[in-house]
Amino acid sequence: MDAVYYNESKKTFWQKVKDQKELVFMIFPFVLYVILFHYIPLWWWVIAFKEYRPFQGVWGSEWVGLQQFKDLFSDSGFWLAMRNTIVISFLKLITSFAAAILLALMLNEVKNMLFKRTIQTISYLPHFVSWVVAASIVISVLSPESGILNQILMSLKIIKQPIVWMGEGHYFWWILALSNVWKETGWNAIVYLAAMTSIDPELYDAASVDGCGRLQKIRYVTLPGIAPTISMLLILNVGWLLNAGFEQVLLLRNPLVQDYSQILDTYVLDYGITMYRYSYATAAGMFKSVVSILLVLFANKVAAKLNASTVV
Amino acid sequence: MFRKKTAEDIIVDLVVYISLIFVGIVTLYPFLNVLAVSFNDALDTVRGGIYIWPRKWTLKNYEIIVSNPQIYNAALVSVARTVLGTVLGIICTMFVAYPLSRKDFVLRRPFSAIMVLTMYFGAGLIPTYLLYRSLGLLNTFWVYIVPALLGMFNVVVVRSYIESLPSSLIESAKIDGASEFRILWQIIFPLTLPAVATIALFIGVGHWNSWFDVYIFNSQRPDLSTLQYELQKILASVSMQVGRNPDYQMGAMAETQQVTPNSVRASMTIVATAPIIMVYPFLQRYFVKGLTLGSVKGE
Repeated sequence: MDAVYYNESKKTFWQKVKDQKELVFMIFPFVLYVILFHYIPLWWWVIAFKEYRPFQGVWGSEWVGLQQFKDLFSDSGFWLAMRNTIVISFLKLITSFAAAILLALMLNEVKNMLFKRTIQTISYLPHFVSWVVAASIVISVLSPESGILNQILMSLKIIKQPIVWMGEGHYFWWILALSNVWKETGWNAIVYLAAMTSIDPELYDAASVDGCGRLQKIRYVTLPGIAPTISMLLILNVGWLLNAGFEQVLLLRNPLVQDYSQILDTYVLDYGITMYRYSYATAAGMFKSVVSILLVLFANKVAAKLNASTVV
Repeated sequence: MFRKKTAEDIIVDLVVYISLIFVGIVTLYPFLNVLAVSFNDALDTVRGGIYIWPRKWTLKNYEIIVSNPQIYNAALVSVARTVLGTVLGIICTMFVAYPLSRKDFVLRRPFSAIMVLTMYFGAGLIPTYLLYRSLGLLNTFWVYIVPALLGMFNVVVVRSYIESLPSSLIESAKIDGASEFRILWQIIFPLTLPAVATIALFIGVGHWNSWFDVYIFNSQRPDLSTLQYELQKILASVSMQVGRNPDYQMGAMAETQQVTPNSVRASMTIVATAPIIMVYPFLQRYFVKGLTLGSVKGE
């Protein structure tokens, strides 16, 4: 090795490790921990190629090759779950981005700090409650008997009869999207507000001199200022396209909207844990993980390209 | 530079303020409504028309919860997992974040790759379940604590924060002969408190709010149930009845105890939410900083 020529690397790798043994001791147990809890489970993917029976163990179970995947891809329920996952995820992506950007733009226009803080504090609040609590609230707001939404619509004479909101599939998709907006918009807006504070104030002054009004300043200064943040977050979110919100769906679904609420995660749960079809459910989960990883890799590649072009 | 407000300014202000007040009301109203229902007589609530103030005051709905040994026990388990999980979570996060923040650490790159990669993939539900089963974690309290010891997002937040401290601090401590453990806990840790407060909030809220691990791994152990899971069970019984009137189911319960599932659900919701609402104003000033550190600086 050419170690001799560099003062820095006179020590061998192992000597350096020895010098920093305290740091190594500190972190090493956690490296093992991460391997155990995040990498070892990948080994169980092997049962996707077997007919796993708990009594026979993983090794004792018989190999079935790609049979589980063949069954999976020929099950119409799986494709239904796939459709729902993508539709729900897409709907949530669009609505949550639009709402967060809009909220951040509006908060940025407020000059009264007390008012701004108050609204922000209120808007974060739902982020900190569990989906159990949020789902409980959604169900009572939409309840046909005493829910506020039906009461308002009826007193405004828009509807004559209370609507069973949770009983209709197409409504259900929007309920997921909008309850997600209610819960997360304040939180998601933080990143945009932070990006807005880093916009050079001189740009606004220059825009004023050029005769820009408030709306034009938003259009030509604020929006371009947060555009890199928006595009970066959008791209990175592509990796989450197969995550439609496990907890939220699990808590809000009911038998009436089964065909619209089954997503990949609940599909795995229903087949795996409830029906004990471990191998089949693992195949479904594996499919989801592999597609997600491919999406993340793709998104990171696009993000890197975009980042390079905006930095230069 | 003072200038007169133009018509556009006034319209923009008007639209912005009115919309934001609307956002505030829509966000807050459901909570206030649940609070009012929880303090209102159950049979009176069924008549409808409760908004943000109870019509017939009662503590009955809360008495039902407090006198139920199962829910009382669930509250203890929730508190225990939150306190223990948060304390252990912070310690573990520091032990990982500190070495990874040291630019001169030889194993920084491989170790951080191993750690950060886990943010992007998961083996899935069934393999995780089988792992916990072979580790003997199923139907134990430890299934709440052990798998959640390290959150990579939290590590990233704390690591970025430590990196923003002057490195001369560490160097001078080393010259004075301090061990790495001592540097971490006596020098770095106190300076990192804003970031620690942020992740304490994230970890604590995560533990307090989680119900799914109870549902999947511990549903056979009523003594290890948590508040959120008890609330979920009430919710599930309501969800299955969509289309029917949830206020009248479990009629026997309503007659003997003067409560309805809706009222119990309201008071459970308040009990399950109150601790978070109480701590979060204190930690609020930290988490905005923490969040922007973790997400913006990471790019």
